[in-house]
Amino acid sequence: MVKLNIVQAINQALGQEMEKDPDVIVIGEDVAKDGGVFRVTQGLLEKFGADRVIDTPLAELGIIGAAVGLAAYGMKPVAEIQFMGFTYAGLEQLFSHASRIRSRSRGAFSCPMVVRTPYGIGIKPPELHSESPEALFAHMPGLKVVIPSNPYNAKGLLISAIRDPDPVLFMEPSRLYRSIKSEVPEEAYSIPLGKAAVFQEGSEITVVAWGTMLHKAAEASEGFDAEIIDLQTIRPFDEEAVVNSVKKTGRLVVVHEAPGMCGFGAEVAALVADEAFGYLKAPVVRVTAPDAVVPMARLEDYYMPEIDMIKKAFERVMQY
Amino acid sequence: MKDILQKYGLNTLTKKILLDLYKSMLKIRMFEEKIVELYPEQEMKCPVHLCIGQEAIAAGVCQHLHKGDYVFSNHRGHGHCLAKGTKMRPLMAEFYGKATGCSGGKGGSMHIIDVENGILGTSAIVGGGIPMGVGAALASSLKGEDSVTAIFFGDGAFDEGAFYESFNFATLKRLPVVFVCENNFYATNSHQSARQSGCRIFESAASFDARGHCVDGNDALAVYKAAQDAVQLARKGVGPSLIEAKTYRWKGHVGPDEDWTKGCRPKEELDYWKEQCPVKRFTELLMDKGALTSAEVEDLKLAITAEIIDAVEFARKSAYPETSALLADVYREANK
Repeated sequence: MVKLNIVQAINQALGQEMEKDPDVIVIGEDVAKDGGVFRVTQGLLEKFGADRVIDTPLAELGIIGAAVGLAAYGMKPVAEIQFMGFTYAGLEQLFSHASRIRSRSRGAFSCPMVVRTPYGIGIKPPELHSESPEALFAHMPGLKVVIPSNPYNAKGLLISAIRDPDPVLFMEPSRLYRSIKSEVPEEAYSIPLGKAAVFQEGSEITVVAWGTMLHKAAEASEGFDAEIIDLQTIRPFDEEAVVNSVKKTGRLVVVHEAPGMCGFGAEVAALVADEAFGYLKAPVVRVTAPDAVVPMARLEDYYMPEIDMIKKAFERVMQY
Repeated sequence: MKDILQKYGLNTLTKKILLDLYKSMLKIRMFEEKIVELYPEQEMKCPVHLCIGQEAIAAGVCQHLHKGDYVFSNHRGHGHCLAKGTKMRPLMAEFYGKATGCSGGKGGSMHIIDVENGILGTSAIVGGGIPMGVGAALASSLKGEDSVTAIFFGDGAFDEGAFYESFNFATLKRLPVVFVCENNFYATNSHQSARQSGCRIFESAASFDARGHCVDGNDALAVYKAAQDAVQLARKGVGPSLIEAKTYRWKGHVGPDEDWTKGCRPKEELDYWKEQCPVKRFTELLMDKGALTSAEVEDLKLAITAEIIDAVEFARKSAYPETSALLADVYREANK
């Protein structure tokens, strides 16, 4: 089987879905001629033409809004926003319209669109290029939030996101874009949204993570008997996978690179307090970024949850 | 009537179309007036933004739209919906928060969606429908369909960035869309001159290489003609137009009352615009020219009144949504 990186896997997923379904189109700043900031859409223009790979003006609200209209009309747009923080300029269309059209129309109109955007720290650009605000989007009823952690699930999850009848925010870990390769089947396949994957089995600590942090957590777990759950989809949230694992291990550590305050780790902790309280042998511990704006360059190293911090959390739950 | 029609460049307009246009305006006026009458009962469960005084624009534009064409509207959207063909029953029921309403009693007066009549998106966000309308027009253009999208927004939305982002994209791609700015001079209580330096909305089109046109929004035939040209150009693939239709809302920003009593606007200004009433002007013109008789007006009023009373009855008798409706239609699969 061929080994691909995440950029190549996503590119392949886009190409295959566009081939399969003429309603799938790609839209965004520099996505056509340039192939996008990270070259994720490279080559699609040549294959599918300017009617299906559309360069737009520099206008995030306009891009996301156009995607909402395209989707309401029955097409399946995949909009690219250059960096996670730039989606903030288009939030109005995602929050006020994309997420609500189904409800407003009593299910008659849906909004089958995907917004793809690179997220997260690790490549050292400053704030707005490196945010991880998954909780913000997961909080909005009507939106789905998906975060792959490797080339294999990047392809399968994106295919599911494109085929999904509801609007999906697809957050691509920019740090992992080209840094890991894995075997990716040539044919199209889908990984269901809302299902977590067990990255590593274990029996003493349940570790919940996603995207870039999954790999940090895995590295930190050396020497511990940890079960690592790759959430894959933040919303819908695979509650069952987390609860069942905690019932087995009795300990929970959540690792994310977003600030702790109201981060998704709080939701995971609340779920476990609610559904598996009697099984807990130690307090739930969250390892997160500090409550600060993502810094640039050197300071970024201090912002990101590091292996030592995660190890300390593991020690804390084991020694309690 | 012929001389008048010639003056507007509408030589071939039939009596049937004239009467349809008139009926559409009258219907909006009477519907809105019924809301004014019933609102104090406090049985309607949502804020209402009435368009009394602005009827000619919705009616004049929607006369040119087919059933398969799309309309994106805004918080002051009852008139657009009625003119595009939305039935009174689901509209009224929505105001009463009933399960039979357009949005199942969940969206209210500001969030009307009417699938059958191509009303894809109406919302409380000023300017919110503009990017979506451009997206729908892009979709119809990519699919090679000949439908046209009309986007209604006010002078307040011209303050919003959404307009510029979307107008730029639509003109760049020559999309089949008509931008209709209903300039009633007020965004809530702020006058246009307090918000915009130029106050020449239609002229902005020129810098986008698009067609901009300013009309008296209270002159039904002027609106009709401007919309005819714009819709034709859009349908032919020539690209978008921006119509600025100057008008005035008689009621306050929200609710059934006039707002001069609260000092929001001068009463003299309202009095002036009441003299410019679009329904009155069009009635007088048609009657003067013998295109309409008082008997016809009475018949029309009777028929519209019956429709309104039926809609109110329907709304009152309809049930409120079940509790289970709370979780319905969040996602396609059931929400937990």
